[in-house]
Amino acid sequence: MPQAQTADVVLESSNLSLWYGSARALSSISLEIPKNQVTAFIGPSGCGKSTLLRCFNRLNDLVDLVRIEGDILYEGRNIYVPEVDVNRLRKRIGMVFQKSNPFPKSIYENVAYGCRIHGVKRKAELDEIVERSLRGAALWTEVKDRLQDSALGLSGGQQQRLCVARAIAVEPDVLLLDEPCSALDPVATAKVEDLIHQLKNDYTIVIVTHNMQQAARVSDRTAFMYLGELVETGPTQEIFTNPKMRQTEDYITGRFG
Amino acid sequence: MPFARTTDRTGTVFSWLCGGALAVNLVLAIGLVGLIGWHGLGYFWQASVASFELRDGSALIGEIHTVEEVPEDSAQWAGEQRMRVKIGNRDLYRLDFRWVNESEIASIEYPDDLVVLERLEWGNFYGRMRELRRDGEVIASGPQVWTRFGEVYEEKAAEREAVEALERGPIGDVNYAIEGLRLQRRRLEMAGDSTAGRLADVDQRMAAATARYEALAEELFAMREELKDTTVVMEAANGQTREIVVGEVVRSLRPNAMGTLASLRLYGSRLWEFVSDAPRESNTEGGLFPAIFGTVMMVFLMSFAVAPFGVLAALYLREYATEGPMVRAVRIGVNNLAGVPSIVFGVFGLGFFVYSIGGTIDQLFYAEALPTPTFGTGGILWASLTLSLLTVPVVIVAAEEGLAAVPRIVREGSLALGATKFETIWRVVLPAAAPGILTGMILAMARAAGEVAPLMIVGMVKLAPTLPLDHHFPYVHLERKFMHLGFHVYDVGFQSPNVEAAQPLVFATALLLVGVVIAMNLVAIVVRNRVRRAYSTSVL
Repeated sequence: MPQAQTADVVLESSNLSLWYGSARALSSISLEIPKNQVTAFIGPSGCGKSTLLRCFNRLNDLVDLVRIEGDILYEGRNIYVPEVDVNRLRKRIGMVFQKSNPFPKSIYENVAYGCRIHGVKRKAELDEIVERSLRGAALWTEVKDRLQDSALGLSGGQQQRLCVARAIAVEPDVLLLDEPCSALDPVATAKVEDLIHQLKNDYTIVIVTHNMQQAARVSDRTAFMYLGELVETGPTQEIFTNPKMRQTEDYITGRFG
Repeated sequence: MPFARTTDRTGTVFSWLCGGALAVNLVLAIGLVGLIGWHGLGYFWQASVASFELRDGSALIGEIHTVEEVPEDSAQWAGEQRMRVKIGNRDLYRLDFRWVNESEIASIEYPDDLVVLERLEWGNFYGRMRELRRDGEVIASGPQVWTRFGEVYEEKAAEREAVEALERGPIGDVNYAIEGLRLQRRRLEMAGDSTAGRLADVDQRMAAATARYEALAEELFAMREELKDTTVVMEAANGQTREIVVGEVVRSLRPNAMGTLASLRLYGSRLWEFVSDAPRESNTEGGLFPAIFGTVMMVFLMSFAVAPFGVLAALYLREYATEGPMVRAVRIGVNNLAGVPSIVFGVFGLGFFVYSIGGTIDQLFYAEALPTPTFGTGGILWASLTLSLLTVPVVIVAAEEGLAAVPRIVREGSLALGATKFETIWRVVLPAAAPGILTGMILAMARAAGEVAPLMIVGMVKLAPTLPLDHHFPYVHLERKFMHLGFHVYDVGFQSPNVEAAQPLVFATALLLVGVVIAMNLVAIVVRNRVRRAYSTSVL
């Protein structure tokens, strides 16, 4: 990779390995995530793509018996050192989960939640953030008249976009999307994908997906993982049309997976 | 036929079994409440009053309570019907009830002029009115007595109310003030503060209060004398007469002459007296307000104590403690705590709360009252704390279940936004677990409201002169003893000098207790449902 591009790298893992107890889930992964681009992780189930994603905001810390070797650099600084404030890190690196997980609160409170815990108290400011975030997640027009209703009354696709709104409300640099469309129907999926296209301008996005078409549609770069190893990474166009590795080609052409 | 219907025998039997079990439970529960309700609500209904003439020439007046067959083992009367008659007039007959066999009865009549007097003392009087006397002189006799009695009664009832108001109000206040001054003086003496000025000041106020008390006592005495000046002469069935002070009559009725509307009004007024008045005649008559108040207040105090402790303990067990043998042991311990007999908690409460903590508080802060204990004796605070120990396992278990039911992914959603563990628990997990926690509270409250045994040794009494909440500063008196509906059932049903007369009251009290428990639970359930709507996790 040319040296010039390193300035634009936001997240970088080097020689990252991870064990759940004695089972090795990731082996020596070295990967760069460029700024303001969409990077997709693809690969068969259990290949470690979600685990890798959760390393970037240290959410794996919460899992018992996890052991990590290697480094992850965020803007050039290692995030796996004791001096790092995990909560501030997670504020900068937001996440949307596979299953939509709105809090059992109102729509408004869901979006305002992150800002409230980070100290925003003024009603006017919160109102503005909520509106901007909901507009950003393409949900505003659908919910603007029922902000005080329970978030759990929304449809699955709306809930997922609410989770996006909640994540962008705290103005992160990076958005980690963990199979955000796996529980959605094609219409809702299309809306979320449109949203990803729009968000790309302001955020660096890392998306894990099962769906190769989705990776092809939304991502600029694609990383193919298999059995805990990073097999191949490159511009999406290249990975899908001219993969260098045999395993990648087999997976993409549907010979296994 | 590939899809021919087959009979799923096991399934059918099983569904019947389940339905049957539920039906048995329902029948038992409805039967219990129905029995209590029937007898309890019947207590307030005024039956007709019968006048019996017996074959041996004697006469009886009373209400027929039950009719039953004479037990087989009585050779003489076997196979005959007999009835239990409430004859009242305890001052004449000593017993309220007697059995009358059918063959003894010559005739039964229900004349309109039979009168029932409910009295402050000695229970009901059944008989006929003969004369009305004021200061020993007859002011009415014969048929006019009843109408005249009505007027006099109104007047005397007002006077009696004035007497009671004086006792409860000014005299109670003065007594309270005198007691306060006595303690203040004692405190000054103990502190060795012999500053003449302060002691003299207390003494002066004491003298003023005592003088005021004496004046009030004199007034009270005069009012009491006036109350006694009018009497009604009643004639019982056997011709005996009794002069009864009108001021001591609570209610006078001619049940046989009453229409349906009057009967219903009487029923309502008795029901209201039952829930709003203080008890009389060693709790067998009058109302139960202090007991209702004591029960509800104790359950509230218990809830305030148990909720934070139970929830915090559950939070630690579920959210902070590392799962391991220690946590499992604690959990087993908590569950077993729920099975410890309640009287054991009572003994513990007596030893720990009353004697240790209460005794220490007395020595530190209420030394002037010693040897009379203030907190070093049973009281509503200790009773509530004892019950909160008893119910804390229920709350811990329910709260743990509630916390466990909050999906991990919701917690991760909060953490991924940069919230700390505490913020996540406080703002997301606890609200989501609130309905489960409140369910635990409902169970705990129901358990506490029905518990009697441990309370008998940590502050519950048969008759408490004052409520634990009144107009004297500091308004809440947590050291006071209190009355309780559950204990009332036990006391009236088994400890009363007049068990037979009190039996219907036991049903009425039990019904009231059930009603109070249901009312408190309903409130809690409404709160829970509101919380559940606000923080519903059902979709997840």
